This record gives sequence, structure tokens and C-alpha cells, in this order.
Amino acid sequence: MAKNKKVGWNGFSLKPRKEMPAGLWMACSACQQMLYRKTVEENLSVCPECGYHFRVDAPTRVRQLVDEGSFEEIAADLASSDPLNFTWEDKAYKDRIQFDPEKSDSHEALLTGKAFIKGRGVVLAAMDFNFLGGSMGMVVGEKFCRGVDLAIEQKLPFLVVCCSGGARMHEGLVSLAQMAKTSAALARLDEMGGLYISLLTDPTTGGVAASFAMLGDIIIAEPQALVGFAGPRVIQETIKIELPEGFQRSEFLLDHGFIDMIVKRRDLRSEIARLIDYCGK
Amino acid sequence: MPAIDTKPTAAPMATVYLQFEDQVAQLDRQIEDLRKQDQSLQGPNAAEIRRLQKEQTKLLQELYSNLSAWQTVQVSRHPQRPLLNDYLSLLFKDIRHLHGDRNFGDDKAIVTALGQIGREKVMIIGHNKGKDIKEKIACNFGCANPEGYRKALAKMKLAEKFGLPIITLIDTPGAYPGIGAEERGQSQAIAVNLMEMSRLRVPIICVVIGEGGSGGALGIGVGDRLAMLQYSYYSVISPEGCAAILWHDGSQAPRAAEALKLTAKDLQNLKLIDTVIAEPLGGAHRNVHDTIYNVEQFLLKSLAELKRIKIDALMEKRYQKIRSFGSGCVEISRLKPKTTDISIPKKLSAKAEIEQAEETPVETPVES
Ligand SMILES: [Zn+2]
Repeated sequence: MAKNKKVGWNGFSLKPRKEMPAGLWMACSACQQMLYRKTVEENLSVCPECGYHFRVDAPTRVRQLVDEGSFEEIAADLASSDPLNFTWEDKAYKDRIQFDPEKSDSHEALLTGKAFIKGRGVVLAAMDFNFLGGSMGMVVGEKFCRGVDLAIEQKLPFLVVCCSGGARMHEGLVSLAQMAKTSAALARLDEMGGLYISLLTDPTTGGVAASFAMLGDIIIAEPQALVGFAGPRVIQETIKIELPEGFQRSEFLLDHGFIDMIVKRRDLRSEIARLIDYCGK
Repeated sequence: MPAIDTKPTAAPMATVYLQFEDQVAQLDRQIEDLRKQDQSLQGPNAAEIRRLQKEQTKLLQELYSNLSAWQTVQVSRHPQRPLLNDYLSLLFKDIRHLHGDRNFGDDKAIVTALGQIGREKVMIIGHNKGKDIKEKIACNFGCANPEGYRKALAKMKLAEKFGLPIITLIDTPGAYPGIGAEERGQSQAIAVNLMEMSRLRVPIICVVIGEGGSGGALGIGVGDRLAMLQYSYYSVISPEGCAAILWHDGSQAPRAAEALKLTAKDLQNLKLIDTVIAEPLGGAHRNVHDTIYNVEQFLLKSLAELKRIKIDALMEKRYQKIRSFGSGCVEISRLKPKTTDISIPKKLSAKAEIEQAEETPVETPVES
């Protein structure tokens, strides 16, 4: 494996993709090029030099994908009940899920709503890695299912942007059960003939990969996204050999037949709109 | 709940004792020594043996009525705990093993078989951990690959076609994390099982008989009834894994086990499982037959109940049950206006503005 300086591009850590560092100027975490922040933002948070796709939070993702002003959020006020009363060391899960509007736009790891993409109505759910690694707990599961319900009710396509390290262990088996819950809801959508598009972004692993992420009628991935069941570190610790280059990246999944296409961020809107024209109702 | 057999248990051959059972081991050794000296029941040691046995029973009762979460995990992983093959040979009759996923291979970590319980013909799906080291290696210590989950689904669909209820017996540390597993789509295989099991039109009963290791367990764990043996566990992550991540120290597993609420009793309180199936005194490995009898009684009762429900009603009940998992979200009052702030795009450059103009929606958005 080439251990070049492109950490985060070919690297195998679960957190290679940093949010864009603060400040007027920034270095690309893939090509190390110094970039003017505004240029990158205008380029949909993609490095103009090397095409590296920076991770974006859910509100930014929604802004990038939908027609201006068309997003209508649902189930915005759901929060976890901390079913396990989970604590560790001197920390408590309860404190981690407090919504602080100063710090973040989102107060859970999924943002769900109705919107238009190039004039096509969709129900959209976007995951937010900033909120506890995009992990799926009871709120993510519930918001996801309400999104599916809305898609069924209004006969709209359902689009999900995945970005998650997996199940949220602070909610124990409640979080694991969300895998079954979201998958069962998708079975209903499937039976109603609804279109479900799953968009995999970096990273999509664990319980999210092993449930709704992989159930898309059409599965799209952004370039070089880490997608897999087990995290690379876990696999490496288990089998104790070097992992092949590009392992568990979008291109690897395309080669092995698990996704339909890789689409660059700037083409997502038009690709999704086209797919809806083919398969949507 | 069936009564636990109280006849004096013939001590199974060389019980392996867990760390917290030191005192029990000591008593058992004393009893054994006295027995060696005097085989007869009327001999000079008989009274002392009876006294020690009573003491041993009392000690086991005390220990096992207050097992910590971590001790429960240890019991569930006990090397002598009854495994799938014990259930196949003692609980079901006329077993017909079915093999292969018709696609890649035959994963020995998941066994699929036709069998009979009572008068009921069923499809049995279960994790196989293996008894001896050779078998353990062959079945990957119960860690299934994608072809295992696909085999399970293929056989469950067969069961659906012919109206056979499905019984799944769960006992796995987790789905296998390996290169081949990823290449062949471990996550896709599990995901498809979750979706399909939610809508298979036959009754499905799931029992965790040992380890319920995360997605690997859930991959054959969606159904109308979910039960756990008393000292099994079911968790989103292994206590060791959780400890390594949150405590930065794998040896904090006992703490993690406690925090994860992974025991049958805890999970019943959380309304995630329906039934806790009692284990004999001192755990399933101390009396395999009684354990299996208890599981059998649960299965017969559940099968009878589920067969009485019309299939459409059953499907609706199953769906509502799955939808109810974690539905107790709290509604907080939103601290800012609902939608508009999210949808306002950042100031666009001239180029982007032109692009935007070209992309003018065909329909007018509902809200702007
Ligand atoms: Zn770059």
C-alpha cells in the first residue's frame, strides 16, 4: 500500500475526511494545495485542484442538492430519550445530544424534509456526520421512517444521503433495531412502487451500510467514499494483513457490483433529476 | 413458563467453571472427593454430601440471581453452552439439512434445515459456532459471511413458498469482518435480509440462544416473536469493542456491558424482546436437556399463537412491532424558525448564478 502523503484520500482511517478547516485559506487534505476557502465553497466543497470531495454537513448538503428555498423540514423537533441512560467514565450521553443552536445547524444526525430537485418533488433525508459521527439512533430511525411515510403518502421519490459511522452505541440495542425499522419501512415503499435512491457519501459504514444505504432501487456514490460493513481498522485487526489499495472505496464497490454509479458532486442534481424522470411517478 | 426440573442434577462431565464460580468449584471438588471415598448413598459420607450439595445449590442460586451484565456475557459464551447442533438433535425431529446460497457457496456459520417440532413442520435457520476446534474453524466461530445470510434468505423464501413457519436460533459474536466479506457485500446481504424478513408471509420466531452479536445477529433476527435465553446477551457492539472506543481501554468491558443494557431482562424492560426463556440453575450448560425443553415449550406456544392469526393481520402486527422500536423520541420545542434558514443558499458567484438560472424548476416549489 502506498503510504503517500495523501492521507484521507488513500488512507484507511475512518476519519480521513476532515471538515474544511476554518480560516480564509485552507490546505486540501488530499493534494495539500493551498486553497481560497470561498473558491472551494463555491465549488460545492470539492477541491478545484484534485477533485477531492470534502465532507459537508446536512444543511449544506440540502442547500447544494435542492432548488433554492424549496426545502420544507419535517419531524424537526425529535430528540433522543436516552433510553439506556447511558454514561461512561464521567460523561453522559444526555449531555451529548443537547441541541446547541450556537454550535450547529442540526440537532440530530438526520435532516428530513420535502424539496424540489430541478423541479422534481422529492422527500429528502440527509445525514449529518457532525452530530455524533452521523450515527443512527432512535431519532435517525424515526425521522427516516417518517420520510418514507411522507413519500408513500404523497407518491414522491425518496432520496437519502448517507454519511455515517453506523449504529449509535449509546443507545444500545435500540439503535441496532433502527436497522430493522428503516428496512421494514423501505419494504413498504417498495411495495407501493415508490422510487428509493440511496446516495452514499464518505463514510457509509456499519449499521447504516447494512440497512437502508444498501437498499436503494438505485445506489449512487460520490467518488472515493468509504463504504463498507466493518471499518477498515476492525478488518485489519481481525485478519492482520495489509488491506488492498482502494479497498472499500466507491470504485471498489462499483467493481464488485454493489452500486449503480459514481457521480461527482457537481453532477448530482442533474443525475438525480434524470433518474427520477425514468423511474419516478 | 415450564418448571425447571428439580431432580438432583447429575453433575455434567467436568464442568468448566467461570471466574466468579470459584466457590462453587471448591464445593463440587469436595463433593467429588467424598464420593470417591464412598460410592454408596447410605455410606458414612452421605449426610455430608447432601449438606454440601444443598450449599452448592444455594450458592448457585445466589450467584445466578444476581449476575452482572459482564458475568451474563461470560455465561453466554461458556464453552459448554448448548449450541445449534444440540437443538437440532434434541429439539427437532427428522432434520433435513439444506445447503448453499445458489450463488457463491455454503457458509457453515449459518445452518438451514427443515425439521419438525411437535407436529409442526418448520424451517430452522441458525448460527453454528462449532463444538471442537476443527468444526469451529470450519464454521468460522459462528461469524457468517454474506453467502451465509443469502443462504438463510433463500431458505426462508422457500419456507414462505410452502407455508412453513421459520424459527431462527441466534448465536454469533458478529458478522465476519474480512476482505472477502466486504468484496461480496456483507452489508448488502444483511440489509436485504432485514427488509425481506419484515415482509415474509409466514410466522417467524427468533430466539437468541447465546451471543447476539450486532448486525450479524439481526441479519436473521427480524420476526413476529423475539425471545432470549435468560443468560444470553444481545448488543449493538461487543462490550470489548465498546470499551475500546468509549473507555479507550478494552479491559473496561465489564463497565461497557453494564452500560449497554444487553441482558435479556434489560431488553425486555426496553420492550425490544417479547420473552425471557428461563435457564436451569447455574446456566444452560449445567443442564442442556432442561434448557432445550424450555425453548421447546416457548416455540410450541408461540407457533400455536401465531398460527391463529390471519396472515395479513400478522404482517401488519409485525410491521407495527418493528416500527415501535425506539419510537419514544422526545419532542423538543424548536429553538429557531422551522425551515427557511436551511434553504437559503450561500451567496453564489456569477458563474453559479448563471448555472442556477439555467436550472430553473419546471414546477413552482410549494414554498419559497
Ligand atoms: Zn485537492
